Amino acid sequence: MDFNDSPEEAAYRAQVRAWLEQNAPKTGVGMDDMEGGSKDTMAASKAWQAKKAAAGYACITWPKEWGGPGGNPVQQVIFNQEEARHPVPPNPFQIGLGMCVPTVMAFADADTKTRFVGPALRGEEIWCQLFSEPSGGSDVAAARTRAVKAPDGSGDWIIDGQKVWTTGAQFSNFGIVVVRTDPEAPKHKGLTMFWVDMSDPGIEVRPIHQMSGGSGFNEVFFTGVRVPDSQRLGAVNDGWRVSLVTLMNERLAVGGPSGASWSQFLEAARDITGLDGAPAIKDRALREKLADWYVATEGLKHTRNRTMTALSRGQTPGPESSIGKVVSALQMQDLANSAVEMLDQFGIINDPALSPLGGAFHMSLMSAPGLRIAGGTDEILKNIIAERVLGLPGDIRVDKDVAFKDLPTGR
Amino acid sequence: MNFDYSDDQKFLKDEARKFLEANCSTAKVRKVLDDDAKAYDEALWAAVAAQGWLGAAIPEEYGGLGLGHIELCAIAEELGRVVAPIPFASTVYVLAEAVMLAGTEAQKKALLPKIAAGEVIGCLATSEGPGVTTAGNLQASVSGGKLSGTKLPVTDGDIATHAVVLAKEGGQPGLFLADLSAGVTREPLATLDPTRDAAKLVFDGAPAERLGGAGEGFALLEQVLDRAAVLMAFEQTGGADRCLEMAKAYALERYAFGRVIASYQAIKHKLADIYVKNELARSNAYYGAWALNTGAPELPVAASAARIAASEAFWFAAKENIQTHGGIGFTWEVDAHLYYRRSRQLALVAGAPRVWKERLVSQLERRNIAA
Repeated sequence: MDFNDSPEEAAYRAQVRAWLEQNAPKTGVGMDDMEGGSKDTMAASKAWQAKKAAAGYACITWPKEWGGPGGNPVQQVIFNQEEARHPVPPNPFQIGLGMCVPTVMAFADADTKTRFVGPALRGEEIWCQLFSEPSGGSDVAAARTRAVKAPDGSGDWIIDGQKVWTTGAQFSNFGIVVVRTDPEAPKHKGLTMFWVDMSDPGIEVRPIHQMSGGSGFNEVFFTGVRVPDSQRLGAVNDGWRVSLVTLMNERLAVGGPSGASWSQFLEAARDITGLDGAPAIKDRALREKLADWYVATEGLKHTRNRTMTALSRGQTPGPESSIGKVVSALQMQDLANSAVEMLDQFGIINDPALSPLGGAFHMSLMSAPGLRIAGGTDEILKNIIAERVLGLPGDIRVDKDVAFKDLPTGR
Repeated sequence: MNFDYSDDQKFLKDEARKFLEANCSTAKVRKVLDDDAKAYDEALWAAVAAQGWLGAAIPEEYGGLGLGHIELCAIAEELGRVVAPIPFASTVYVLAEAVMLAGTEAQKKALLPKIAAGEVIGCLATSEGPGVTTAGNLQASVSGGKLSGTKLPVTDGDIATHAVVLAKEGGQPGLFLADLSAGVTREPLATLDPTRDAAKLVFDGAPAERLGGAGEGFALLEQVLDRAAVLMAFEQTGGADRCLEMAKAYALERYAFGRVIASYQAIKHKLADIYVKNELARSNAYYGAWALNTGAPELPVAASAARIAASEAFWFAAKENIQTHGGIGFTWEVDAHLYYRRSRQLALVAGAPRVWKERLVSQLERRNIAA
């Protein structure tokens, strides 16, 4: 049992380090919560992605025919680890390259793939994923956005409806969208997937003003958007199966450490006056919490090491990798709140100029609710652990065999 | 990255599981539970000795298998799964580790081969009453190589041949190796986990040799407990995993309101919560195993984290396993309480989790300054 790279891994890491040393930016650009960047950082992000692609460090596991170097998952992890040590710009390509383009690669015709895969890989074009709707977040198959055949007999489809929580729609050139094509069929059997050009005049992107103050997500309105049948991904009414391919990749893409850490809490607690005039770090109640946060943080880190070990040994990682976000998101919220409470009355101030660590705890506090929901809510993730890891039965479904149009919808 | 058991270690673990399934059913565990006169399963103890497990991490020159601590961790995990009613932890994790860590060559030669052969049973005699033992309240003392004082509870104190004892000598706390063949009276104690007996030991001139330097008793004890904590964390993780299996199996066969209770989200989320804690415990235990096996300076922090995570996971899994079972889980005949009991035994016997949390944070405070 050790943490050492195999000789091949060590050689790859050395090569990656040397390349990053030469090529990675020396200073960072600003980050907002869950945005993957802003208008101001986009040029830097695109330039960095192009550089990586040219050197064979973008989508390392992709085969050579699609412009990747045909590497293995361990090499991708090694690159990510090494890249994280440099102040690289935000990554607005993650959803496209992690979820949308793999769906295109799996279901589109050869011409479409040839047209889109390369530019996406090089960061020239950005993709977004248009799944969630006001009527269904966790319940993606409840989508109401409709596509109907154009009355002119062209075979084109006309899309009308609304998507929501679309990350990066404001920067995106293209998107994949799941829509209702047969409201007479049960909900999972009347969906179809298309790719769409986000510059279509019938598509309107409106930023969502989040409770955290930021606007990383969007509402996307479709009004009479005409798409040719050639933009369909998978068979008509087979969109649910197609979207599962997309979503399988999602949970791998989300996770890792986020927000203020136990270590930052510990440092802040040295300087803040606690009970009886002693530094807050002497407070036994806070010390117990610190221990718990440390143990969970280390537990997740070493769980990732176990996953990495399986990859390194050429095995499929075990289900343990599914625990990441459900632990880290809740902990981020709990830690941030304890930090704010530690400030006593001063905690109500939310000002980077006055609050400790430039307001990092406050920012974590206000973005944690979103992290507990994005990419699978805590509840859905626990369902997934229960059903896919532990093999417990799915919930009894009252919507499975009913025509979609007859389902009760509430608001 | 190589952060898992090797194939050979997995093979050893599989073999240990098969052996224990054949030799340590819960029916056997209950023979110790239900018989006040029976302190441990002597036949299992002899069989485990014959397997070489007692000396798994003891070097070959001292009569052990010389395998290493990862192998011992694998065995510990399997012993935890079956709530083995034997003095393995007291003898192997405490006595053998203390002797290997701080014993003289003569002590190693005298004791380690006998430990490996199953001829010696160890125990940890530090507590003297309710609450935490400190330099301020420590009463037991050694003078002229003779130990006097009272220790309770001492797990396996009723059957042990040797004890690792915290006592003062010349007013200075030290850690001692006591021979229990003379100068000690033993009184059995009623405990939460009768599958692991404990006793009150009253020393009156028992021969004792100091381990390590004068006045270093607490520091050395911490080192011994770091090692024991990692090994116990594997027992706890094994026990916690078994609780999850029991809860899952029951939830899949028990019907309420016309369907299996495993289909209710309240039960599914409960079992998912157990799974998450168990995985965090396992990952922390692996890191502890790595630190123990390599003698890394991270051991005190890694051991603390392993113990905290494993104690929490086993407690949570044990209590929620009973809850998942409902009324039947509260009966004597269902095995769930064996794990509930053992989870308390293991979480307390090397110091309660809150003591370890304080130790952990103290170390993190120092480490953060150094970093």
